[in-house]
Amino acid sequence: MGLSSKHLLGLNGVPKEDIQLILDTAITFREVLDRPIKKVPTLQGQTIVNLFFENSTRTRLSFELAEKRLSADTMNFTKSGSSAAKGESFKDTVRNIEAMKVDMIVCRHESAGIPNYLTQISNAKIINAGDGLHEHPTQGLLDMYSIREKVGKLEGLNICIVGDIAHSRVALSNIYGLKTMGANVSVCGPTTMIPRKLEELGVKVYHNIDKAMAENDVLNVLRIQLERDAGALIPSVREYHNYFGITEERIEKNNPNILIMHPGPINRGVELSSEVADGASQIILNQVTNGVAIRMAVLYLLGSKN
Amino acid sequence: MEILLKGLRLLNPYQDLDITSDILIRDGVIEKIEKIDSSKFPEAKVYDLDGKICVPGLYDMHVHLREPGREDKETVISGSNSAAAGGFTGIACMPNTDPAIDSAEVVRFIIDRSKDHLVDVNPIGAVTKGRKGEALAPMLELTDAGAVGFSDDGTAVKTASILRNALEYSKMADAPIIEHCEDESLAGGAMNESFVSTELGLPSIPTVAEDLIVMRGILMAEYTGGKIHIAHISSKRSVELVRDAKQRGIDVTAEAAPHHFTLTDESVRAFDTNYKMNPPLREQKDVDAIIEGLQDGTIDCIASDHAPHTIEEKEMEYIYAPNGIVGLETQLALTLTELYHSGKLTLEQVIEKLSINPRKILNLELPKIQVGEKANLTILDLEHKFKFAVKSSKSRSKNTPFDGREFNGKAIAVINNSQIYFESKFINI
Repeated sequence: MGLSSKHLLGLNGVPKEDIQLILDTAITFREVLDRPIKKVPTLQGQTIVNLFFENSTRTRLSFELAEKRLSADTMNFTKSGSSAAKGESFKDTVRNIEAMKVDMIVCRHESAGIPNYLTQISNAKIINAGDGLHEHPTQGLLDMYSIREKVGKLEGLNICIVGDIAHSRVALSNIYGLKTMGANVSVCGPTTMIPRKLEELGVKVYHNIDKAMAENDVLNVLRIQLERDAGALIPSVREYHNYFGITEERIEKNNPNILIMHPGPINRGVELSSEVADGASQIILNQVTNGVAIRMAVLYLLGSKN
Repeated sequence: MEILLKGLRLLNPYQDLDITSDILIRDGVIEKIEKIDSSKFPEAKVYDLDGKICVPGLYDMHVHLREPGREDKETVISGSNSAAAGGFTGIACMPNTDPAIDSAEVVRFIIDRSKDHLVDVNPIGAVTKGRKGEALAPMLELTDAGAVGFSDDGTAVKTASILRNALEYSKMADAPIIEHCEDESLAGGAMNESFVSTELGLPSIPTVAEDLIVMRGILMAEYTGGKIHIAHISSKRSVELVRDAKQRGIDVTAEAAPHHFTLTDESVRAFDTNYKMNPPLREQKDVDAIIEGLQDGTIDCIASDHAPHTIEEKEMEYIYAPNGIVGLETQLALTLTELYHSGKLTLEQVIEKLSINPRKILNLELPKIQVGEKANLTILDLEHKFKFAVKSSKSRSKNTPFDGREFNGKAIAVINNSQIYFESKFINI
């Protein structure tokens, strides 16, 4: 039994069996990462190109490592901004790279929909590594993996995503994936950071962090984009921290057993207090390790599909 | 030269005309409207048009011709050819060219380019110099050169103060200010703000960005007594604002583009940039409101917002691709198929919205189907079923979401300026 699709464009519409299969497969690869020799020959002879049209260090390194651990041949292509502004169209760039005979393309781009477009202009298998404010499916999967690892299940769990939901591809992928897996998903953030009609996705919306903490088992806390948000979406970082920041005090008062997660990188003193960041550091760093395992699982499952 | 059109239904609500007759046209002028024995006119070229409908020549008041500046996308001639193929005998072209239509020279240049064509081309002048929103363009000079309205289309007039002056000054030119209604600070998105944009993660433009500028235009028209025309209206609330304003007697008119009464933002899910336009495709409630507005007269006319772009430009990433689609050759077919055949508009209403009202708004002479008048006519076949193929379009650009769509109803001929366009050929008559 393999995955039902040859691409991973997002988690919206991905069947439960597929998510289950990826999460289960990742357990095996997670074990590989703890071995002295952390390499398996699974994707030997396959060529994967990491097509990054937007700055990213962590996601790109994570994918690259996952590819190397699976013994694939990898290439990196990094470029930022509009392709046309640089003289070559996106389509020509992709066709040129594909002419080198690549099997899979891992793509990050600031325009939503690029992975979908890639499936139309390329024969390679496509993995979305983040498209605009749309989806970031491997981040969603690794968050689910980390929660399941820690709590033992996803079904019936109350999980709240905190922060700038309107400008987050991580939030959307989490929402789609977690809902498919039977979790009760909510979001919490200032009104200016909640996208329009989000409730229609079956998501509860909080604007009060204390209430959100009291009613949830897990908080997945997103990074606040200091440069973008302060002044426009929120009056100041200080006010955000005072009203939405996660502190030891709040945890103590509302829900001492709550699990705090963060996709990183953390702004200490903004979305998490320094103490909370340190206290949660184990699971946050574990999310990073799990990210490699999840990406190995995805690459393996797509790579072994005809 | 003579041509004889046989067996037509002549229909012009402006003249209260609805009869079946033949027409004899000599040297571009209607010579006879009666039952004509073709053997008496052996020189005449005879067209057997039994059951077809002859209406005053159609007019599209919102077309981007791209000349001067982007002749790779469209020229005055290629755009006019596309208009003729789509059933139009007249078009108004928007001033966002390079240079902008902000001087008499550019107005004359465009008119000169079109002078031997069947299709009349009436330039719309810019409201401000260079469309920069700072200083008024020389509206009186532009009018004298042949401009028939003013617009900074592509954006709204930059400030309320310039809009005020433009509405005051344009009274002397007796021409409307045509507003692209979009608040600048809410602009810049790639699609409508809705549940779909939330799901797709595309930057979005809320309907209130349009509604605010519609309201500003209405209030300013009321205050100054000037004449404002709302271009490509797309939101339900904006339709309501225009309806209320008309009831209060304010001099406001409005147009809607066919894609705004046939498509919704659900189409964006495919991330095909042929669904990217500004104003963006809205929700079903907006589509319904536009159809209602067309029915009750709130929306005066249908205009294509024909916006040609090259394949290279449209094949860009969704957030970078330019806005707009070509529309001259699908506009009538969409109107007949989606509004007339579905019973939402009568044929008389279709003619008002595609021929009479746009000319009224721009103070242009209305074509009459009458002996002694210049023949400015469109011949419709309401039951002509066809599949639109953009590759055979006369436009230089092929950016349309309607390629391959099945239609019922089209223009089989247009006649104007002593020429007939029939079976893809122009013939002098």
